[in-house]
Amino acid sequence: MTETASNPDQRPTDLARACELIAFRMGTREFCVDIMSVREIRGWTKATALPKSPSFVRGVVNLRGTVLPIVDLSARLGFPAAEPTARHVIIVAQIGAQTIGLLVDAVSDILTVTDDLVHPTPDVASDMAKTFVRGVLAVDQRMISLIALDQVLPVCEQDAA
Amino acid sequence: MDAMAAIKQTFFQECEEQLGELEIGLLVLQDGDTDPETVNAVFRAVHSIKGGAGAFNLDELVHFAHVFENVLDHLRAGRLAASGDVLKTMLRAADMLADLVRAARDGTAADTGRRDTLAAELRALDPEAAGKDLDSGHQDSHGDDLDGPVFEAVPISFDDMEIESTPDEHQFIIHFTPKPDLYAKANETALLMRELCSLGEAVITCDFSRLPVLEELDPEGSYLSWSIELRTVQDENAVRAVFEFVEWDCELDVAQVGAAQGLDDMALEALIEKMQATVEAELAAPEVPPNDVQASMDEPLAAQAGSAGQALGNPPGGKPDAGKSSQATIRVDLDRVDRLINLVGELVINQAMLTQRMLEAGLARASGVATGLDELEQLTREIQDSVMAIRAQPVKSVFQRMPRLVREVAVMTGKSVRLTTAGENTEVDKTVIERLADPLTHMIRNAIDHGLETPELRAAAGKPEEGLVHLSALHRSGRIVIEVADDGAGIDRPRVKAIAAEKGLIAAEAPLSDEEIDNLIFLPGFSTASTVSDISGRGVGMDVVRRSIQALGGRISIRSKPRQGSTFTMSLPLTLAVLDGMVVTVAGETLVVPLTAIIETLQPKADAVHGFGGNSRVIAIRDQFIPLIDVGHELDYRSGFADPCKSVALLVESEGHVRSALLVDAILGQRQVVIKSLETNYQHVPGIAAATILGDGRVALILDVDAVVAGSRVAATGFEQLCAAG
Repeated sequence: MTETASNPDQRPTDLARACELIAFRMGTREFCVDIMSVREIRGWTKATALPKSPSFVRGVVNLRGTVLPIVDLSARLGFPAAEPTARHVIIVAQIGAQTIGLLVDAVSDILTVTDDLVHPTPDVASDMAKTFVRGVLAVDQRMISLIALDQVLPVCEQDAA
Repeated sequence: MDAMAAIKQTFFQECEEQLGELEIGLLVLQDGDTDPETVNAVFRAVHSIKGGAGAFNLDELVHFAHVFENVLDHLRAGRLAASGDVLKTMLRAADMLADLVRAARDGTAADTGRRDTLAAELRALDPEAAGKDLDSGHQDSHGDDLDGPVFEAVPISFDDMEIESTPDEHQFIIHFTPKPDLYAKANETALLMRELCSLGEAVITCDFSRLPVLEELDPEGSYLSWSIELRTVQDENAVRAVFEFVEWDCELDVAQVGAAQGLDDMALEALIEKMQATVEAELAAPEVPPNDVQASMDEPLAAQAGSAGQALGNPPGGKPDAGKSSQATIRVDLDRVDRLINLVGELVINQAMLTQRMLEAGLARASGVATGLDELEQLTREIQDSVMAIRAQPVKSVFQRMPRLVREVAVMTGKSVRLTTAGENTEVDKTVIERLADPLTHMIRNAIDHGLETPELRAAAGKPEEGLVHLSALHRSGRIVIEVADDGAGIDRPRVKAIAAEKGLIAAEAPLSDEEIDNLIFLPGFSTASTVSDISGRGVGMDVVRRSIQALGGRISIRSKPRQGSTFTMSLPLTLAVLDGMVVTVAGETLVVPLTAIIETLQPKADAVHGFGGNSRVIAIRDQFIPLIDVGHELDYRSGFADPCKSVALLVESEGHVRSALLVDAILGQRQVVIKSLETNYQHVPGIAAATILGDGRVALILDVDAVVAGSRVAATGFEQLCAAG
């Protein structure tokens, strides 16, 4: 938990620095990403598995003619892999030139925040926290982690091999 | 200025075409063709570049083109024989011209030293330059020391050059009164004035006296006239040429002041005739008196004005190549074509989905719906073929770059090389063409550098000193096959084997067939050149070529005969957008196997499959034992192995004519699929070439047969990481 709980009703005074975030749930945890990188949100459809891929890559689906890779965000962040049902959703996000789908349990909220509401990531030892979490927000006593998407896709596996 | 930039862009595009024509023409001449039309075509090409360059003030380009054009003019008039040496110089001049065009386009600096040397060589060819110093203020190179202050490495404007050339100036008084028609045809008097100013020093006065009061003014009328006092080194024809395209829409009076003697009528007539001949691209060039130096000098200027007129959207009587182009073409932005191709791809997928839904809905075959669907399928195929044809281009555009490469490499290696080409008009998708240039360049370099022997060695072997490199393209069973053949020494197999063993690429005593040894040169890190030369031999040789061809879904193979030469054969798909594939299932997943790789399909019998130590299995097919590859296992879809008797084997041929049998669960059918890259949103997946979308709307993966076969071989020897690198 963070030390100072900010009041979510406190509307940002400086609109230029305000940004909107999409919050979503995975299990009991809550996360959010910048709304500007989200292209659309759609229901889960069965993915075509990709051979020799990391376990968190669920495969690819057809998004109106585009081949969209699906990343199980829960597995990517080091939590148990999701068991997708029709109730799961895919957040279609733009990362650089690439478009990917993030498999999450449900989308919960849209938050309007200013920079000062985002607290630095608490100094914990988790690699996940260091790699993916850019900061944490406290909203209604809940902790919502702000995810940086640029690390979500695996780096070129060939280099590792 | 956007419009201007667009015109300029078009100019550079046209330049590329003209340069291509120029090179082809010169090569034809080199082959002994003496058709005057060829000479004319060559002349026209240089002339058009010069004219356009003049309109954009690309002085450096104009200057070089002008020198080149002068020599070509002598060739055209028969004053210069098209000997081998002359044409060699001209070919190098054409290369230089191409460099200058590109330098002008990209705003980079061209090699001025080389330009000046070539300009000097060209002038040296000029049969008349010797006595008359006609060309320009630069002295011609006869007897001149090249180190002298003759050729300064500074851009020399065309105007300066002309002023230097004939010191005696003429003075003209020009009265110019446009008629309303002139403006109606979208001419602009200011541009004419600017053009005049470019000839020399001009004092322009405008006469407003006929300007009516505002109420009476007709907005489309013409009320102004101009008097211009022009001091120029040009003669009257050059001045009149400025007004060439408005001549009928104005009152023009050009009077020469002072005691300068004009051209006599004969010369004038000849000149006018000659200009028309050029403009209309007439075959027979009229006779020009050999001494008519003025004529050949002034003509370009007239044409320059003509090009300026063209650029301003004022079509002159005949575009220089109007008579020649027989096919009407339009220029289309490539993005639009690509969008169309993508949309048609979607249409194909959608049509397949629709068909499948109809079948699922149980609509009987007999119903009108089914007939309609069949027709739709046929139409979609036709649309797709037509759309793909838009992007198809002859390989000529790549082949055209090769003669220059051959010349340069020949000079660097000191070898004498002759390049012959065949099948330049073979068409292939633009995306393939673009990615063909690099591997082809490398292969040709290799053929000359490593393939051909030195002239001395060739003479000793009883071969003609001039080595032959043959480049050809043809369509074969839905693919394009490109061959690079040389008549050199062929692959030195003992040496190749020794080097491969020395570099640890093979075991020293490995028993290898000739074919296997030949294929060693495709291994990474293999380079046979004993000295690392400028041209090839950096150790990034043929393996890079092979990889870039594989990336295109192609294959490369080599045939070589000692002392007779080597032939490299590339086989590439015609397009990177669609593929005919066999749809199969493996461990519950649907995969597409490219049809081009499959030789036959068969149902393995239990007694034909033999274990071969470890997990390796082979299958006996007509007395041959062929490795059996379980695709499901290979792609990690299942950990165990499928029962061959309950599966289907696809006999495939991968690169280097290696045959393997791929084991899949079942065949669903054959289908044309639209290729979707996995790299766009993800990354390369080992063993998978690309993805596609099937009729049910789901993504299916397209198998990379070569990678799967290669992967299984590596896996069998225990290097699993290498297999993952694919």
